[in-house]
Amino acid sequence: MGGLTTPVLFDLSKQTLRELNKALHGPLVPGTVYRVENPDGAHSIAVGINAPVEVHIEGHAGYYAAGMNMLATVVIYGNAGPGVAENMMSGRVDVTGFASGGAGASAHGGLLVIGGDAGLRCGISLKGGDIVVGGSVGSFSAFMAQAGNLVVCGDAGEGLGDSLYEAVVYVRGTIQSLGADAQVEPMAESDLATVSSLLGAAGISHPASDFKRVASARNLYHWNADANQEY
Amino acid sequence: MSTSSPNNNGRHEPNLQCEESAGLDRATLNYIERAAATGLYEIRGLGSKRRLPHFDDLLFLGASLSRYPLEGYREKCITKTVLGSRFASKPIELEIPITIAGMSFGSLSANVKEALGLAATSMGTSTTTGDGGMTQEERRSSKTLIYQCLPSRYGFNPDDLRRADAIEVVIGQGAKPGGGGMLLGQKVSPRVAKMRTLPEGIDQRSACRHPDWTGPDDLAIKIKELRELTDWEKPIYVKIGATRAFHDVKLAVHAGADVIVVDGMQGGTAATQLAFIEHVGIPTLAALRQAVDALEDMNKKDEVQLIVSGGIRTGADVAKALAMGADAVAIGQGILVALGCNAATYVRDGKHFSAVDDYTALRTAPGFCHHCHTGRCPTGVTTQDPELEQRLEPQVGANRVRNYLKTLNMELTMMARACGKQNVHHLEREDLVALTVEAAAMAKIPLAGTSWIPGEPGRM
Repeated sequence: MGGLTTPVLFDLSKQTLRELNKALHGPLVPGTVYRVENPDGAHSIAVGINAPVEVHIEGHAGYYAAGMNMLATVVIYGNAGPGVAENMMSGRVDVTGFASGGAGASAHGGLLVIGGDAGLRCGISLKGGDIVVGGSVGSFSAFMAQAGNLVVCGDAGEGLGDSLYEAVVYVRGTIQSLGADAQVEPMAESDLATVSSLLGAAGISHPASDFKRVASARNLYHWNADANQEY
Repeated sequence: MSTSSPNNNGRHEPNLQCEESAGLDRATLNYIERAAATGLYEIRGLGSKRRLPHFDDLLFLGASLSRYPLEGYREKCITKTVLGSRFASKPIELEIPITIAGMSFGSLSANVKEALGLAATSMGTSTTTGDGGMTQEERRSSKTLIYQCLPSRYGFNPDDLRRADAIEVVIGQGAKPGGGGMLLGQKVSPRVAKMRTLPEGIDQRSACRHPDWTGPDDLAIKIKELRELTDWEKPIYVKIGATRAFHDVKLAVHAGADVIVVDGMQGGTAATQLAFIEHVGIPTLAALRQAVDALEDMNKKDEVQLIVSGGIRTGADVAKALAMGADAVAIGQGILVALGCNAATYVRDGKHFSAVDDYTALRTAPGFCHHCHTGRCPTGVTTQDPELEQRLEPQVGANRVRNYLKTLNMELTMMARACGKQNVHHLEREDLVALTVEAAAMAKIPLAGTSWIPGEPGRM
């Protein structure tokens, strides 16, 4: 992922988060690489970028790293706190380590790749983004997810896909339990293609045929006004 | 309660065989019959319909010998209102302290959203997006637009965030504190569905909790993220549905809000379970008092601004809210009524047409309708139906809302002048008395003609 240009350095032990984010919101030259040193778990690193630049965070990030990202590629060499890449619109966010709760929450687009495990509610409220998790995901992942894909190479916790809309979850390992209105469905050719393509983009190799498809049974789409009628 | 029935002479006389029960009155019987027939809870629009202690239960003490009034038409009375001066580099500056509450495109038509923007802009006040995102119509027509960040995050995106003038993080709504939203399938039109990333025509449920944070400590971090995203320019409001208002306001202030919005239980909704509307939350009067107590307790009264909403209808309501300590009010249902909600007619090409048949089709009548949830609004206010929405022409709606806001503002300044204030924000609790013991206790305003505030030690 290294760019060809010399990286612009930001050392968060010497510079403030505000200086970093302000610089990342300014007019940016496409392809510029920013290297953030000593992130030390700071919150809101590289939020709100709207340009095709690269940001390399050399260490652990706190809450909301790369929040609402557009166009940029952000790599976290370490773990990420809650809400990494929340509401991402486009671009790509990589976490080489683990991600905490709500990873990729309400992401409308883009690709989030988590090398390790993700915590609770991974892909909650997903709105079109794609998430690939190399490890396992915690409970209530893909809760009310509306569109997009969540690919889980490990296992899924309790209540997977509760109240799903049109998003699809693919799980390679075991599913502790499904949430309300989620069901396991057969993998179609298009599912195999989607999984292969997302794994390829994430740089993870597993046969797509290892995965199960979890999608909405669509029983919650309408309040069933006739179900319990007296006649 | 009725205990009479016509006798042979046609006169109503007590008849124990026709005694109506207070507990099982006709409304309750109807509720049980309906529940038994359908197995579903009742869903409706607008706010609480029960009688509650409210601003009507307060009165102003106009100036007399001990206070000096201002001349109604000749002496200045300032209404300028600044919101969000705590941390934001670009606070909101309004000409009047009366704002338009958050109502979604989806619950309302695009025409209505445009009308609200036009009216708010012409009066120098703000309007607010809702669940479902920002429409081009409202952004274009609104000089000052508050962008809501809701649990559902429908249509929420950084471009609109940057286009907004302030951000309102919605924790809850007075009509349903603790509940998520709903928009029934009839209103999930192709455009609404697309904006919300949902299949068309489904009964949409939205979450009651935010997806990426839980609890007040997280909220502080979330607010910081929104500030970083917008370079600390935009004021951040936090909106609370009134329940434990004292504690919730303190937590919101602690989390870093510039402005607190407290919505009492009279606040409206486009669609919520009846039981929620009538049985969850506290009245606006009580909520406002608790919110002001919280700000004063933290010594933040002048630093963090307070907007109160939930059943504000008149200029007197606005004046009383300000006197109790609010910096501004937000109005939803009053605005809808100004647009034509519950009116018998709608206007098209300058002519009035009867909408009564359409009310009848909903088994209701003008003045009683709360069928916003059906999307069949007879006057075209709360609908996505291409035919019905034509019944509200944006310019007609804008004129009505502007007139309504103008009237409220005139009444507000009249009250302020009568109390001897050159600035509506100088109205104070000492200008008020309460009419009922309940209002006195909730608002901590003395009962008229006494110095008694129930529960206040040493003030009998």
